[in-house]
Amino acid sequence: MTTAAVFFEARNVTKRFGGLTALSSVDFALESGIASIIGPNGAGKTTLFNIFTGLYPCDEGAVTFKGRSLVGLRPDQITALGVCRTFQNIRLFANMTAIENVLVGMHARVTLGLWNVLAHTSRFRHTEPRLQARAEALLERVGLRAHANDVARNLAYGSQRRLELARALASEPSLLLLDEPTAGMTQGEAVALMRLLRDLVTDLGIAIVLIEHNMRVVMEVSDRVTVLDHGEKIAEGTPREVQTSTKVIEAYLGTRARERQPRAAR
Amino acid sequence: MIYSVLAAAVVALSAWAVATFPRSVLVFLLFQGSLLFTYVAPIPAWLRAVLFAVALLVLMPVIGYYNGYYLEVATQVGIFVALALGLNIVVGLAGLLDLGYVAFFAVGAYTWAIFGSPHANQIFGGGAFPLAPGWFYLFLLVGLFVAAGTGLLLGLPVLRLHGDYLAIVTLGFGEVIRVLANNLDKPINITNGPKGITPISRPPMPFGLPTSEAFYFLVLVIVAVVIVVNRRLEDSHIGRAWEAIREDQLAAQAMGVPLVRTKLLAFACGASFAGVMGVVFSAKQVFINPESFTFLESIGVLAMVILGGMGSIPGAVIGATVVTVLNLQVLKGLSLWLNELKNAGVTVLGYSLTNLPTQLEPAKYERMIFGVILILMMIFRPQGIFPVRRRARELGRQE
Repeated sequence: MTTAAVFFEARNVTKRFGGLTALSSVDFALESGIASIIGPNGAGKTTLFNIFTGLYPCDEGAVTFKGRSLVGLRPDQITALGVCRTFQNIRLFANMTAIENVLVGMHARVTLGLWNVLAHTSRFRHTEPRLQARAEALLERVGLRAHANDVARNLAYGSQRRLELARALASEPSLLLLDEPTAGMTQGEAVALMRLLRDLVTDLGIAIVLIEHNMRVVMEVSDRVTVLDHGEKIAEGTPREVQTSTKVIEAYLGTRARERQPRAAR
Repeated sequence: MIYSVLAAAVVALSAWAVATFPRSVLVFLLFQGSLLFTYVAPIPAWLRAVLFAVALLVLMPVIGYYNGYYLEVATQVGIFVALALGLNIVVGLAGLLDLGYVAFFAVGAYTWAIFGSPHANQIFGGGAFPLAPGWFYLFLLVGLFVAAGTGLLLGLPVLRLHGDYLAIVTLGFGEVIRVLANNLDKPINITNGPKGITPISRPPMPFGLPTSEAFYFLVLVIVAVVIVVNRRLEDSHIGRAWEAIREDQLAAQAMGVPLVRTKLLAFACGASFAGVMGVVFSAKQVFINPESFTFLESIGVLAMVILGGMGSIPGAVIGATVVTVLNLQVLKGLSLWLNELKNAGVTVLGYSLTNLPTQLEPAKYERMIFGVILILMMIFRPQGIFPVRRRARELGRQE
């Protein structure tokens, strides 16, 4: 079946750092819903995100979003097209307030020029309150409305992760890349966050790619799972298919583990 | 309430005191202190505005009538406030350490100096120059754009650099501009080299104001505009993007902030303020030469920004005021006083000050005392005098 352009597709992505091949010929595609990328530490998951969002150039391969190539674009251009991300090691604007962080996320959607700002034109005066109202709504959505005026640095760890999510949502992405969004969260918080992500998919129609280590979360929330190991894709499919893949079990538990524990991957 | 009365009383009293003792530096410091008190005291905003307006628009010119030097001090403070506010955008908001900021000031100053003096005849031939003094007002804009353009030119190759590297390159840039000014007297005499350019035309004074008064008001107006522009930029997506770059450049870019364009804008905005003030400076001084634009000046402006509180508008204003007053009045006054003691042969702890070796002359302490003050500030209040206070946003009603 030949369809029109795939929503998001990466083909044959290869990235080398000196002699180390961080990613070799990885394919990845997503139409809608939530996809997860899992794999042991150092498998190349974050590198893949960095290539998707333009932080690293890739050595080979193609990345397309809504039929447009993302290769060679700057990160801000990619964000403007509708692909936004969060970071594994939280990268908030630490000395700005929560709501200011979210407002920065809207930068790509503000089309006012310098003159509008300096002259306080009516366009500017109408835009600012609208931006703020949207930022408030986003903070509400991730449960941080009460902390809107708190400096990001002072927020609790879990709140910082949710603020990063709100900031990314502020750019009105149609594809959201979340790098370990539940790291450091309790199981309860993680489950609540996944419920939120599910709602985002249904309400806003955005697609989400997760990098996650929390397997219970991954298996519950994902429509599809991709497994990376040593820069190569070793499995892909529904959560059930991946759980039963021999290669995956080997990657996570070692070669001989399977013999001892046939159902190790839960 | 009590503070309102107190603030009004302090301002009035100190103004009266200055008019009564026009020679006393201490009394003038008291007047400045009264303005500071008005700023920090918990009084209604309208009263604060009124007090400031009265003090700056009425009292200060009157004081200047009694002692012209104070008006000169106030004008210089204004010039440095604008410079500090410009640098504050680059260093304080966008986090780009610029050690060559005075170069933009020089560019503005030379722009008017060349065309507002007969010197331009040497470049273009003929006798069309100096331009009529009225052109000065247009040249405020020309200076602005030329400096902003210089900011862009510097920015383009340099903005890939971060932190220390950027600082070093901008430092070099500042020196390049000064050296250019020093040496561009041949083959075509553009800057007249170390001899400098003079006489530079002064603008026609509106309402027949005396020159020093007119410059005071001109600087005041420009500073007011600069403050308004600064606040508007800060409270917009542009200002937020600058701060985001300062906080985390990579994250800012990933959130859709175009790095190069946003940084260039910061450089151009900061430079443009310096350019305007450069035009004013050259007209005020009538004479400029490269000596006015040394590395030390750049550091001085940076010290103002840091002392006041990086990224804070009131901080830049107070920083510029404190440093300028310190240099022009306090340290000078201290030197004079110590010299008087020395000449009078006063003995301290059995040691006659007359025997003080000339190497220890008080006039030479100035920089040292300034340095000590800076060091103490960095130890006890590293965030600056008026650090940035995050504005709490009023949230809409919850549905």
